[in-house]
Amino acid sequence: MDKAFEVLWRIIAGASLVAFVSPPFLFLFGVIDSSALMLYLQQVVSGVANGCVYALVALGIVLIYKATETINFAQGEILMIGAFLAFTFINILGMNFWLGALLAAGGTALVGMGVDRIIIRPMVGQPAFAIVMVTIGFGFVARSAVSMVPGWGTDSYAIERPFAADVFTWGEIAISYDHAMIVATTVVLCAALFLFFRYTKLGIAMQASSQNQLAAYYMGIPVRQIFTLIWGLSAGVAGLAGLMLAPFTFVHTNMGMVVFRAFPAAVLGGFGSIPGAIVGGIIIGIVESLSGFYLDEGIKNVAAYVVLLLVLVLKPEGIFGVVHRKKV
Amino acid sequence: MAKSDAFLEVDDLAIHFGGIKAVDGVTFSVKKGEVYTIIGPNGAGKSTIFNLIGRIYDPTHGSVSFEGKRISRLPTHKIVGRGIARTFQNIELFEMATVLDNMLLGRHAHLGAGLLSHMGFFPHVRREEERHRHMIEEVIDFLDLQHYRDQRIAELPYGVRKVVELGRALATEPKLLLLDEPSSGLNVEETEDMAFWISDIQSILGITVVMVEHDMTLVNEVSDRVLAINYGKVIAEGTPEEVQVHPEVIRAYLGGDEDEPAEGPKEGEGDGEG
Repeated sequence: MDKAFEVLWRIIAGASLVAFVSPPFLFLFGVIDSSALMLYLQQVVSGVANGCVYALVALGIVLIYKATETINFAQGEILMIGAFLAFTFINILGMNFWLGALLAAGGTALVGMGVDRIIIRPMVGQPAFAIVMVTIGFGFVARSAVSMVPGWGTDSYAIERPFAADVFTWGEIAISYDHAMIVATTVVLCAALFLFFRYTKLGIAMQASSQNQLAAYYMGIPVRQIFTLIWGLSAGVAGLAGLMLAPFTFVHTNMGMVVFRAFPAAVLGGFGSIPGAIVGGIIIGIVESLSGFYLDEGIKNVAAYVVLLLVLVLKPEGIFGVVHRKKV
Repeated sequence: MAKSDAFLEVDDLAIHFGGIKAVDGVTFSVKKGEVYTIIGPNGAGKSTIFNLIGRIYDPTHGSVSFEGKRISRLPTHKIVGRGIARTFQNIELFEMATVLDNMLLGRHAHLGAGLLSHMGFFPHVRREEERHRHMIEEVIDFLDLQHYRDQRIAELPYGVRKVVELGRALATEPKLLLLDEPSSGLNVEETEDMAFWISDIQSILGITVVMVEHDMTLVNEVSDRVLAINYGKVIAEGTPEEVQVHPEVIRAYLGGDEDEPAEGPKEGEGDGEG
């Protein structure tokens, strides 16, 4: 019986995969014309751009999880704080966009470090579930607190950008400057993170601390401070993601809801894998975009979870995941 | 309190977990250059003493001094900077990394240069890296690990991991090496190799060794002095021969009157302790 269900699931998964990637082949075999193909590619491109935001949020969640085994459910709220900081620096204080973006990312990083130092560190040694509940609690508090800040409140805002809310064309595909910026920022950020983790003393200390805390201590690594810095890094990335998400969802106390796309992305990639989070985020973005365009209204909202369900049934460890054996 | 000639000085050290006195007023001192072994039945408090010296626990009272300076309130990550390295009973390596990378992490405390220069891979960073690599290669040669250099820890057999952990400790250039049951999990041959290396570490590298060990063959072969403890208290100290015939030690291992007979401090016992 189980076998039969597995076969059924595989057929469904295979069919959806084929459906999603088929248009280029259909075009090659002359089934659809080039304008239909362009429509498809248009959706893929915007899906990739949205997916990059999911990827960055998922990346932040994975960074914290890998290092501290804490799942931060407040990542969305940290993103929201980042967007409000960017709004403050750029719109209210009238700073240059790029300077404001940098300050917002830095400010959000400080918020993340504060969350770790003040809220999470006293919880060390408590059950994992208790720590997760604390992050959820912080999320609620952050949303309420932000709505009480003068000048922020519960309204929606748009961040002023140095480029028009316009598109440029690449072949027949129209790409908005907002989307292009998201993709470019994600690529640069991923490259920087790669170099950081691969070559810097701090990056290697972070990897070491997440692999074996005890051994890291005896290599001279101040593990607790490193964890605080990881929270800072993760929050800084979320802050940038918030800034980039702003043109689409606007700056609002509830914009943190984007985590409900980021969590599937992280699980899809194999929770605990950084490349997995990026790939997972982009896949979720594309699937959402395609299903929003071709399928009925409403399916877009659950598409991420349908994909997640299929992956969890067929490959529970995720795309890049490793099977964990708990050491006893 | 610390005497000037003592290298490692443990003075009236105690730690209580609730009502349990895991270590209860232990005093001993280790001279520079010797191999000093702590023995005792399971649960006697040997590993706890190690974790107190290694700053995993804060002592309830008493102190630990190294080279005349108190280290018993130092944060754990500063231990390596004082010249103390340790290995663990159950091996604590970075499993997803290679042998070489694990050893290079042993150089972490000796690393200079900043964030951006590392990312830029500037010439002085390269030179520094080459110096560390050179030092690591010496350790690899010393422990005969050439063959495993680029393998991941997760792919290696237990016995090799144990040697890699020893190598990583040596890569930190310690003055004092704490070995927590270096023979646990090793077969007879590997244990012989371990004895050989511990002797070399003492005689060639001039590193002082403090170890916790069960295997009396190994203890006899390498130790200059032995400390026997039971129920968190010192019961005997002296040469391996003296300690083994000490009546208190025999009673501790054989269980005296009240406990069921256990194995004596004889050859070949190598079981782990919780």
